[in-house]
Amino acid sequence: MTISFGNPDRPNSYIGKTVPRPNAPRLVQGRGKYVDDIVLPRMAHVVFVRSPHAHAKIGAIDTAEAAAVKGVLRIFTGADIAEVCTPWVAVLAHLKGLKSPPQHALAVDRACWVGDPVVAVVATSRAAAEEAAALVEVDYAPLPAVTDMMSALDADTPVLHPDMGDNLAFRRLHEEGDVEAAFASAHKVVEARFKTARHTGVTLEPRSILVDWNPAEGQMTAWHATQAPHMMQTVFAKHLDLPEGRVRVICDDVGGSYGIKVHVYPDEVATAAIAKIMARPIKFVADRLESFTTDIHARDHEIGARIAVDETGKILAMDIDDWTAIGAYSVYPRTSAIEGNQVVNLCGGPYDFAHYRAQTSVVFQNKTPTCQYRAVGHPIAVAVTEGLVDMAAAELGMDPVEIRRRNMYADDAYPVTSPAKMRFEGLSHHASMDKLMALMDYEGLRAEQAELRKKGIHRGIGIASFIELTNPSPFMYGIGGARISAQDGCTVRMDPDGSIVALSGVTEQGQGTEAMLAQIVAEGVGVAPGRVRVITGDTQVTPYGGGTWASRGAGIGGEAALQSALALKGSILEVAGAMLQAPADALDIRDGQVVDTATGEARMPLEELGRIVYFRGDTLPKGLPRELVQTRHFITSDYPFAFTNGVQASYLEVDTGTGEVKLLKHWCVEDCGRIINPQLVDEQIRGGIVQGLGGALFEEIHYDEDGQLLNGSMADYLVPMAAEMPDMVIGHVETPTMESTLGAKGAGEAGTAGAPAAVMNAINDALRPLGAQVTAMPFTPERILRAMGQIED
Amino acid sequence: MTEAFRDRIDIALTVNGEAVEGRVPAGRHLIDFLRLDLGLTGSHASCEHGVCGACTIHVDGQAVRGCLMLAAQADGAEVWTLEGLTETGVIRDLQDAFVERNALQCGYCTPGMLASIKELLDMGGVPDRATIREHLSGNYCRCTGYEAIIDAVESVAKARAGEAAA
Ligand code: FES
Ligand code: FES
Repeated sequence: MTISFGNPDRPNSYIGKTVPRPNAPRLVQGRGKYVDDIVLPRMAHVVFVRSPHAHAKIGAIDTAEAAAVKGVLRIFTGADIAEVCTPWVAVLAHLKGLKSPPQHALAVDRACWVGDPVVAVVATSRAAAEEAAALVEVDYAPLPAVTDMMSALDADTPVLHPDMGDNLAFRRLHEEGDVEAAFASAHKVVEARFKTARHTGVTLEPRSILVDWNPAEGQMTAWHATQAPHMMQTVFAKHLDLPEGRVRVICDDVGGSYGIKVHVYPDEVATAAIAKIMARPIKFVADRLESFTTDIHARDHEIGARIAVDETGKILAMDIDDWTAIGAYSVYPRTSAIEGNQVVNLCGGPYDFAHYRAQTSVVFQNKTPTCQYRAVGHPIAVAVTEGLVDMAAAELGMDPVEIRRRNMYADDAYPVTSPAKMRFEGLSHHASMDKLMALMDYEGLRAEQAELRKKGIHRGIGIASFIELTNPSPFMYGIGGARISAQDGCTVRMDPDGSIVALSGVTEQGQGTEAMLAQIVAEGVGVAPGRVRVITGDTQVTPYGGGTWASRGAGIGGEAALQSALALKGSILEVAGAMLQAPADALDIRDGQVVDTATGEARMPLEELGRIVYFRGDTLPKGLPRELVQTRHFITSDYPFAFTNGVQASYLEVDTGTGEVKLLKHWCVEDCGRIINPQLVDEQIRGGIVQGLGGALFEEIHYDEDGQLLNGSMADYLVPMAAEMPDMVIGHVETPTMESTLGAKGAGEAGTAGAPAAVMNAINDALRPLGAQVTAMPFTPERILRAMGQIED
Repeated sequence: MTEAFRDRIDIALTVNGEAVEGRVPAGRHLIDFLRLDLGLTGSHASCEHGVCGACTIHVDGQAVRGCLMLAAQADGAEVWTLEGLTETGVIRDLQDAFVERNALQCGYCTPGMLASIKELLDMGGVPDRATIREHLSGNYCRCTGYEAIIDAVESVAKARAGEAAA
């Protein structure tokens, strides 16, 4: 069965329309169910004692005073937990050479960052556990801390994990064409150093988990704020020595994820281990300081980069030397080499050029581990690429839009393979740029900028084209040996009243997954979206799937939903055909009614068909298939990833006296293939842009040279707030992927990918006449004043 | 036990129009009293030091941070949380506008946002976008990028002003 997406008047045309989210009314009425809202009989609370040192040997642990606090039930050391929980090593076979030492749920003899969990205190109330935790005495013998990225591999820098031999976790060099020759013969070469700051997700709901172990049933149940319930099921089973089928992970409402909640955290695994030991429900909810010291960090990169162009502005070559420091361990099971690897894969992404060299060096440090966070690696690669392209344009005296137009892959060039060996099925860089120009009135803005410049007002316009990796195949994790499903599934059934239930392996984190699935299923079956109830986030109920990451929910989970819905429609029509004595293909389902396809005449409501099938099956022909439940799975196979593309623009004003940046407006035109719900896509883009703006202007985790985290509170770590954020104009071009009937690619990360680069280029556009340039994020007033030479020391 | 938790205080207050009595540790924050003792989980806690606005509720007609106020300080007060505001229907138009405009994603900031917005809307008039943004600058939302929230508030303010004028 196919769907004529081109015809907006087709029956049941819910795909492509803004329909409301079924879970939104619940959340605006305070009826959400987040992990911390759940209370179970005999539930106890765990609080962790964490290392105050960046690197220290753990000596004697004295828990006597803590144990005496009223309400304290048990106290566990690393050795206690290690008896029931095996350590893990976060490597992937396809990331050749990646290494990381075994990591325990609680540190056993060495703490490796400020925040590394060392002791767990369990009490009947969180207050009692917190009070007792403060009384646990741990004898630490401080060890030298490795905290500087660029000297991590120097001979006189201590080796953080002696067993690993050195501080290099991973290195990859990719080379295509003859880079040296291209640079030697170039008309112009531009070189710069970029920095993106270590930052973190700051989910409003902290990491939360509640685990119960019922020895009578031999079943573990975890209520977990996670993006990947099935992955967590596997992890708990494997490391706590349980059969996978005896672990159930339930994920109700989640208060923000953005990649933060897709990883395995030692304290969460320790919580599960403690539940198993104590055979009662144990809850762990991180406090805000713990969020800052133990949620994964990301984007701690320094990049030396150069670009070679000819006189016409054609890009000849790019050369990238990326460094990143990942903290003390590679994070399980996705590893911490992916971000650097993405930088290698994505630099130069929009452009048709031949000679490319990129290397990433991934080093260990005594800091919080880093891992995948929204738009993994993209903001870095896009900032470097787009920064260089703008600098080259300035060097040539060319308009930044013009140089891009001269280099972007032509819209009819596809399929193509990039110099980074990424395969693009179909992108729309030029159409997107044209649309952006019209939306923002580029020429008009340039005129306004020039006018204001005469009055001493320094405004800047920044453009950033980008590509974004979505719909990952097993090439992302599976081929490396991780049990992370790239496939996803959906089961759709019709109940006697004609209502539809859809069970999906992708999860809802607030992005609107359930709405998107409901409208796909509604269109596929032929009922109103309100007749579809979507269930996600329960490993014992939904088909096995990957969950929510790498912008896969709509493209992969959505296609599985469409195929299962179409299959259910087929089985309903088969029954209807027998009942109505009509060939099944002469019938259709529209708005919950079986109708004649040709005339649209109503023949039978689905309730009636349901009544007969479920209660009067005796009246149907013997042997007639009447399976009103269908399951389908989907996996991408033609391409390792479905790339999307887009272009963003920022318009801002720099106060040259204070160094402050005022964001005036932001635009994004992007192409995520078939759009299922325009409003949800736009709001994903907007939310993503603001997250990128945070990285560009505010967000930076500060450590001192001893590895102490200096700004572990929301008062000290700045995030974007309403007053500073601009209104955003979003536009679309639609190039559906041919890999699926639905044609959807991912939309959740594009905003974050391009926003920092657009802001950087806009600031530099404003500063260029003043001879100043910034390339180290976040672009704080101080950094801008320094660039202008107004602060020197 | 530290004194803040050993010492207990009797309090009597009104929560969502219902009389409530409790015996609370002196150090118990109002947000914890509401969530843990009364089961009013529609209010959320996040930063627990007054910065993010997730815990915003109404006490004696004002939007306050539930994580900064002690339960003991609420003795005799009139407290409204999202559950009560929902039941009375006073912000139904705002809630509808949030759903319609998708002014929430994960919904974790939403109870606090709605409480702060109610305070602004109760002042009357149609605030401009900059004023709305300024008023909400103590409410952190990581998901939406704020614009949809500003749109929702603006539309409700306009609708209410229109009704008032009519
Ligand atoms: S939890 Fe009260 S302001 Fe953040
Ligand atoms: S909707 Fe998630 S924090 Fe606001």
